[in-house]
Amino acid sequence: MSQVTMTVNGKEMSGDAEGRTLLSQFLRDTLGLTGTHVGCDTSQCGACVVHVNGQPVKSCTMLAMEAEGADVATIEGQAAPDGTLNTIQQAFQDHHGLQCGFCTPGMVMSAAALLKENPKPSEAEIRDYLEGNICRCTGYHNIVKAILAASGQDVGSIAAE
Amino acid sequence: MYEFEFVKPGSVADAVTALGEEDAQVLGGGQTLIPTLKQRLASPGKLVSLAGIAEMQGVSTDDAGRICVGGGTVHADVAANAGGYPALAGLAGNIGDPAVRARGTIGGSLANNDPSACYPAAALASGASIVTNAREIAADDYFQGMFTTALDEGEIITEVKFPVPEAANYQKFEQPASRFALVGVFVAKYADGVRVAVTGASQEGVFRWRAAEAALSADFSADAVPEAPAADGMISDLHGTAAYRAHLVAVLTRRAVAACG
Amino acid sequence: MPKDHGIGASPKRREDIRFLTGAGNYTDDINVNGQAYVHFLRSDVAHGRINAVNTGAAAAMPGVVRIFTGADFEGVGGLPCGWCVTDRHGEPMQEPAHPVLAQGKVRHVGDPIAAVVAETAEQARDAAEAIEVDIEELPAVVDMKAALADGSTKVHDDLTSNLCYDWGFVEENKDAVEQAMQDAAHVTTLELVNNRLIANPMEPRVAIGDYNRATDESTLYTTSQNPHVIRLLMGAFVLGIPEHKLRVIAPDVGGGFGTKIFHYGEEAFCTFAAKAINRPVKWTASRSEAFMSDAHGRDHVTRIELALDKDNNFTAVRTETYANMGAYLSTFAPSVPTWLHGTLMAGNYKTPVVYVNVKAVFTNTVPVDAYRGAGRPEATFQLERVIDKAARELGVDPIALRRQNFITEFPYATPVAVEYDTGDYHGTMDALEKIADLSGFEARRKESEARGKLRGLGVNCYIEACGIAPSNLVGQLGARAGLYESATVRVNATGGLVVMTGSHSHGQGHETSFPQVIAEMIGIDESMVEIVHGDTANTPMGMGTYGSRSLAVGGSAMVRATEKIINKAKKIAAHLMEAAEADIELKDGQFSVAGTDKSVAWGDVTLAAYVPHNYPLEDIEPGLEETAFYDPANFTYPSGAYCCEVELDPETGKVTIERFSAADDFGNIVNPMIVDGQVHGGIGQGIGQALLEGCVYDENGQLLSASYMDYAMPRADDVPFYNVDHSSQTPCTHNPLGVKGCGEAGAIGSPPSVVNAVIDALQSGGHDVTHIDMPVSPGRVWAAMQG
Repeated sequence: MSQVTMTVNGKEMSGDAEGRTLLSQFLRDTLGLTGTHVGCDTSQCGACVVHVNGQPVKSCTMLAMEAEGADVATIEGQAAPDGTLNTIQQAFQDHHGLQCGFCTPGMVMSAAALLKENPKPSEAEIRDYLEGNICRCTGYHNIVKAILAASGQDVGSIAAE
Repeated sequence: MYEFEFVKPGSVADAVTALGEEDAQVLGGGQTLIPTLKQRLASPGKLVSLAGIAEMQGVSTDDAGRICVGGGTVHADVAANAGGYPALAGLAGNIGDPAVRARGTIGGSLANNDPSACYPAAALASGASIVTNAREIAADDYFQGMFTTALDEGEIITEVKFPVPEAANYQKFEQPASRFALVGVFVAKYADGVRVAVTGASQEGVFRWRAAEAALSADFSADAVPEAPAADGMISDLHGTAAYRAHLVAVLTRRAVAACG
Repeated sequence: MPKDHGIGASPKRREDIRFLTGAGNYTDDINVNGQAYVHFLRSDVAHGRINAVNTGAAAAMPGVVRIFTGADFEGVGGLPCGWCVTDRHGEPMQEPAHPVLAQGKVRHVGDPIAAVVAETAEQARDAAEAIEVDIEELPAVVDMKAALADGSTKVHDDLTSNLCYDWGFVEENKDAVEQAMQDAAHVTTLELVNNRLIANPMEPRVAIGDYNRATDESTLYTTSQNPHVIRLLMGAFVLGIPEHKLRVIAPDVGGGFGTKIFHYGEEAFCTFAAKAINRPVKWTASRSEAFMSDAHGRDHVTRIELALDKDNNFTAVRTETYANMGAYLSTFAPSVPTWLHGTLMAGNYKTPVVYVNVKAVFTNTVPVDAYRGAGRPEATFQLERVIDKAARELGVDPIALRRQNFITEFPYATPVAVEYDTGDYHGTMDALEKIADLSGFEARRKESEARGKLRGLGVNCYIEACGIAPSNLVGQLGARAGLYESATVRVNATGGLVVMTGSHSHGQGHETSFPQVIAEMIGIDESMVEIVHGDTANTPMGMGTYGSRSLAVGGSAMVRATEKIINKAKKIAAHLMEAAEADIELKDGQFSVAGTDKSVAWGDVTLAAYVPHNYPLEDIEPGLEETAFYDPANFTYPSGAYCCEVELDPETGKVTIERFSAADDFGNIVNPMIVDGQVHGGIGQGIGQALLEGCVYDENGQLLSASYMDYAMPRADDVPFYNVDHSSQTPCTHNPLGVKGCGEAGAIGSPPSVVNAVIDALQSGGHDVTHIDMPVSPGRVWAAMQG
């Protein structure tokens, strides 16, 4: 065991970790931030996506010690301190972009990374960017729509409002 | 995962020292190694992360005009910064998904030499040089079959140098589940001839399709691409038979040539 | 103008706030003080005799608390099967024992042999690797037809064969169907596979057992769609714990799709072990573990024949299906290929006679049970594929052939024992033709062809039986459970309501949609209604959520309980206003006396119920809380028509979905936004089945598609936006809301149109391909094109 320190959602946080402790385990079990989910063990489902130094990463495929000193952002830090949802979160609610909610934290974090890199993505660019985020509930329709809406694009013409 | 010690040296020299210990293993971006560890298919005593080695980061151009990629450079950085070799940047930008591209490194990919990975096709088709802490290895000598390379125990890929071709294109036909290449073909046209490297298809890992190279060196057009190679030795699995993969090799080669314009 | 509240409105989901901020409470988010962790040592061979399990070295490993093997469960019950099917000859199905930990034999890869409880999950796994297991490997039974051949290895030594049952339905129609086949002007035959799938909710299964020695109470936290069912099955049949000493909590659950209906051994183990070691025991499945321990779905091999007369009227349908049960009978497995499949073989059509034969087979594979649609996708796929093939053979338009044979008068008693109460199949097809822009297809096809691609269009209809189910009927059919639902409506003194429902929400949005119903009935704001579910300690005995039943059955129970509340409240209001009860009207949250201007507010009445100073205590009790159990009179019958347009790359065989349109009739709709979302998700899974997903075993019973590296889950770039319409509405006649259920429709209705479209594309390119089994992968398309 050794101590790992990182900045999580703007606050410096420390905890003990083994070499084999994954960042996802560290966030969930050590720091109690259970919004980051684990849905697979082959680095594909994306429920565990968080940002490390501004980049989206799969926290189940990164060791906690690799994040020593890093700036980590998780779903818990996305809303304003008073609880107001951010633009992406609000768009997901407005457009029913989630059902069971399990993949949602990863989806929101991936969407945030996308919009930072590409503020007005096309439908195809959104679908391509979400390759590493699996949702089993929504058939992706309302997720893609929510991200289009979050980027300020008109979604009124999309079928099946 | 089995327990292991984690170290993050700041220089290649320190990394080489750390790797000299028994049961020590290199950790690149971890995008293949960590899932492997989770399945308990590997049990290193020590993982030596290369992420802290500044000299292994980044994309540059050398005096010979080669695009030089540090061994610890992540796919996203190659996609963003290898504009001098658009086919290489494009390939890097379509490996895995954005989160994988933010962590996975070129050195890790080439050291692992997964038979369905993209980078080996680029390196082999470009006749790249694989630079290690000890030597420089020509791509033609480097790839030695599925998950097998010329690297010695504890040897680290510090840089990969890509001669920039006159024209090049990579066509990847994705396996629907893993999104690795079911077949991927990289075509690169140089002044002294055309090189065609195929990933995903062969039981021997990445390979050069010599018949296509000869034909395309004589006539660089999609119509010149030969009939599909023999299916013998091709991978056959639940995603595609050997015959299908062989067929795709020819289709994708034609498309790559056509895309070269 | 869409409504902004109550039934028919689309308020934003209230549950989203916690899910969007990381504040959900899923089972793995729960940690009980002092908990230990269990790791299951699972078989890596498909079939074998256990000679010895030596735990000595493992028990001495760091952190190990205790190791359990099959021997620890010898006196414990096995996992029960909730449905007994009677075969063609009147005999009950063969029903093997299903131990919590393997006894004597392992029967599939993943069958648990031993369980290590340790201080940490990694220590438990470390020690599990040190257990020495001596297994004599036996030949694996994988192929269903081979499993039924004389001399086949038996999965269960104590059964007479690998045949679970040979079911005929309707047996009395068998000769009439044979006669119709002989008399037919044309018979179309199709052999097909309904591919084995894995439900793959994104949240893997988790169980935490906790035991309180002081009170002798056990608590199980589990990822379940139906906590009461788990309490009953596990308490009564496995562990012998009376229900008042057993609490089952299913908190936020990350999707179910059927696979979290069933009672699993891991749940029983954690509950049992927590008592045995007097510590909480937690198990969290990895995805790899889920692939070999979650019940799988589908896996039918079918031959279907459709007979037509000279005018193209359907005259008979005959099917023969081999249905894979896997190695053991999962909770509701026997019902899926029979009563949830055979009864739907009339489809939307007035075929006079139908005969369905199903042979259910034991194999050395993971147990197979209900997955979204459960039996109905299998029925729909074969029927809608054979109709398409018939249309092509006869050279007639596939839509016209369907329309010609539609049932048009309701109620309609089918030859397969069910009675459709309402429907308008021409109406849904009309709606589909509008939204799918069929007239523009030829232009789109030409545009594709100009780019060297083939384009195909496929259509299908579907009918499903939902709102499961009338208890007395299913009891006759072999169900060992009732299928009612319950609700307790508790009105607080200040007028707010809490609804405690036996339904469970794991993505369906009950917390938002159920209050819409109550708000509509009373005329109050939805924010005054709270939904409680998922905990047997504070909800009435309920059967849970599956089979598109929550609103049709659970919602009906809630309506009945609310009606009782309103009736009692009217008595109180009558007293307060000194009027006759019969004259009291409730509108917009106000009780008024008909024909007068006297009124009293909802909140005044509820306050009076709890502060009964001025109150008819001689006639009614104080308080305002009512419970209702609702048992449906019939199934509900949602129906629809779907259209898929694909583009096919003839060089690679890759199929892309270009357009997908769905017109459904769900009867009345409470929340259109949620209904659309359910259809979208179902279509996504249906496209997954059609093009991508397939669970594959090799001949040794090894699972080849054992992770997301080989099991292709649909991703965002595999699907388009969907065009969904539910304007065609024929309300259900026998439940108070007139609702039919929408959860499974998309998964039932979409696969045939995808495959029909692929065949259409290939035929348009001159390829004489009449069928490709799902998943229609590029490699399979290319192989079919090679002839």
